[in-house]
Amino acid sequence: MSNALSNTQIITLQKPAESQTRVIWRQFRRHRLALIGGIIMLLLVLISIFADQITPYDPNAINSDYARGKPVAPSAEYALGTDNYGRDYLSRTIVGVRISLVVGITAVAFQLTIGVTVGALAGYFGGWLDNLLMRVTDIFFSVPAFLLLLIVTGILGGGLVALIFAIGALNWMTVARIVRAEFLSLKEREFVLAGRSIGVPTWRLIIVYLLPNTAGSIIVAATLAVPNAILTESALSFLGLGVPPPHATLGKMLGEAQQWVRMSWWMWIVPGVAISLIVLAFNFVGDGLRDALDPQLRD
Amino acid sequence: MSRFIVRRLLQAIPLLIVISLLTFLIVEIAPGDASQMYINPESGTDPAYIAQVRRSLGLDEPVYVRYVNWLGKTLSGDLGFSFRTRRPVALEVGDRLPNTLLLGSASLLLSFVIAIPIGVVSALKRYTFIDYFLSTVALAGVSIPIFWVALLLVQVFAIQLDVLPASGMRNVRESYTGFPAVFDVLQHMLLPMITLSLAQIAGWSRYQRSALLNVLGQDFIRTARGKGLTERRVLGVHALRNSLIPMVTLVGISVPTVVTGAFITESIFSWPGIGRMGVDAVVGRDYPVIMAVTMMSALLIVIGSLLADLAYAWVDPRIRYE
Repeated sequence: MSNALSNTQIITLQKPAESQTRVIWRQFRRHRLALIGGIIMLLLVLISIFADQITPYDPNAINSDYARGKPVAPSAEYALGTDNYGRDYLSRTIVGVRISLVVGITAVAFQLTIGVTVGALAGYFGGWLDNLLMRVTDIFFSVPAFLLLLIVTGILGGGLVALIFAIGALNWMTVARIVRAEFLSLKEREFVLAGRSIGVPTWRLIIVYLLPNTAGSIIVAATLAVPNAILTESALSFLGLGVPPPHATLGKMLGEAQQWVRMSWWMWIVPGVAISLIVLAFNFVGDGLRDALDPQLRD
Repeated sequence: MSRFIVRRLLQAIPLLIVISLLTFLIVEIAPGDASQMYINPESGTDPAYIAQVRRSLGLDEPVYVRYVNWLGKTLSGDLGFSFRTRRPVALEVGDRLPNTLLLGSASLLLSFVIAIPIGVVSALKRYTFIDYFLSTVALAGVSIPIFWVALLLVQVFAIQLDVLPASGMRNVRESYTGFPAVFDVLQHMLLPMITLSLAQIAGWSRYQRSALLNVLGQDFIRTARGKGLTERRVLGVHALRNSLIPMVTLVGISVPTVVTGAFITESIFSWPGIGRMGVDAVVGRDYPVIMAVTMMSALLIVIGSLLADLAYAWVDPRIRYE
């Protein structure tokens, strides 16, 4: 153990950037579920990027002659069947996966921006600013976020972009606390003192000296926040209040499937499996990254 | 202790004010207001009449005056009238809040009863197949959307097996009293309760696992073993009870999750609580109800975390609040 550790340190001294990545990759690879999650994630991203090329039909094209008001079961023509309007379920699922990923990733990018800024300011400057920002964080923790999202999407009706910003604006608190805690301990370290003593400006200390050192925790928090955002969006869409029409989203497909639960199994199985698969993939990867990036968990 | 409670309640005031302000502003930006309820679009389109209605409702006042008016009324228990049912909102909330509290506390209890044994088993069988299996299942448990779980449960238990009702709180065709009435409600509550519990069970069992492992590594456990106690007594009396202490805080942290879950679960199972009332109010743009439900949810979250802090001091004698 101690031998392996000193080896790592020697390699780190010789080739810093690459070997650190390699250590993390080796740790991550050991986590089999994380690897599977990573592969599924990659596939889902590819599906989303090439969604327009691989959808067999227009996801919103209505074929009422084919459906006659009732969902049609999977067949050679429609691999995953159609809904009651005769819209191809496979194509709708593919674009649904794309919307889920877009919402999840952009909402998390937004919440990282707020969370990192708040956490860095509170942690670095401390004092009254820290007090104020942490109070605000506490308040946001007690806000009934889901209801506010319902109100924002249901009444203000801002569409996809408003939904993304609202999810981000109500979920940055965990990241802020993580970054603050890291900054509190990092700012006492020698390299920060060294930087300050050679006259490095404060903003540069924060962005170049401190922030990269918190990257590990931020990446883990972000990976685990994406499923949360995706589940929130799909829950809102499920209730008929999330992403406005004509977009097909997995949550909305499940919501519409409710009235066909009795006879059309594919209508609620397919989108449910798709959402669970996305969320599971991100959670597995997040779990693996946490094990790989946190030296305290390594053994 | 009572000073601590008072201080915590005082700290909650700014929070509730911020939330009320936020809700008030959102409703303010939203199209339409209370005057619509009193104006018949067929006869009352005369601008002078509309202005008169708005004036009598106080809608011509500036925003801040109306906020203060609304806040004053709310504090005195007057929550206005529902646009939809035209009943006082306070009565509507009074009807439905007990149902939400019943469902929420029952599901917290169920989560506890299931999560603790799972956590204990994974801690005792650490790094074995069972532990890995349970941790994978737990991760899957937090990944599956609860509204999909609800559909699955309805499909299996209400449609295929036909042993449990799929929606509502009571069998409307029968008028039970006494024990059959309780049994009827329990029967209706089972599926929503399980739905609401699943997310908690997954997370809590992991916490219980690490809490127990943490306690098992401490000195007093070695002492207990060293003085010759049976393993059963060491685990049951010394380790398990101490590992439950951090679990108490979890209940408080979980209240927001349960409140969120209530909106979804109550809507799917037509459970007559404030969650479903909130969703219906948003869909129907019933502003007085929306504001009441928002404040009520925030209040539940604040009370939940306060109760968790108090319970924490109660189970752990080392903690004393000044």
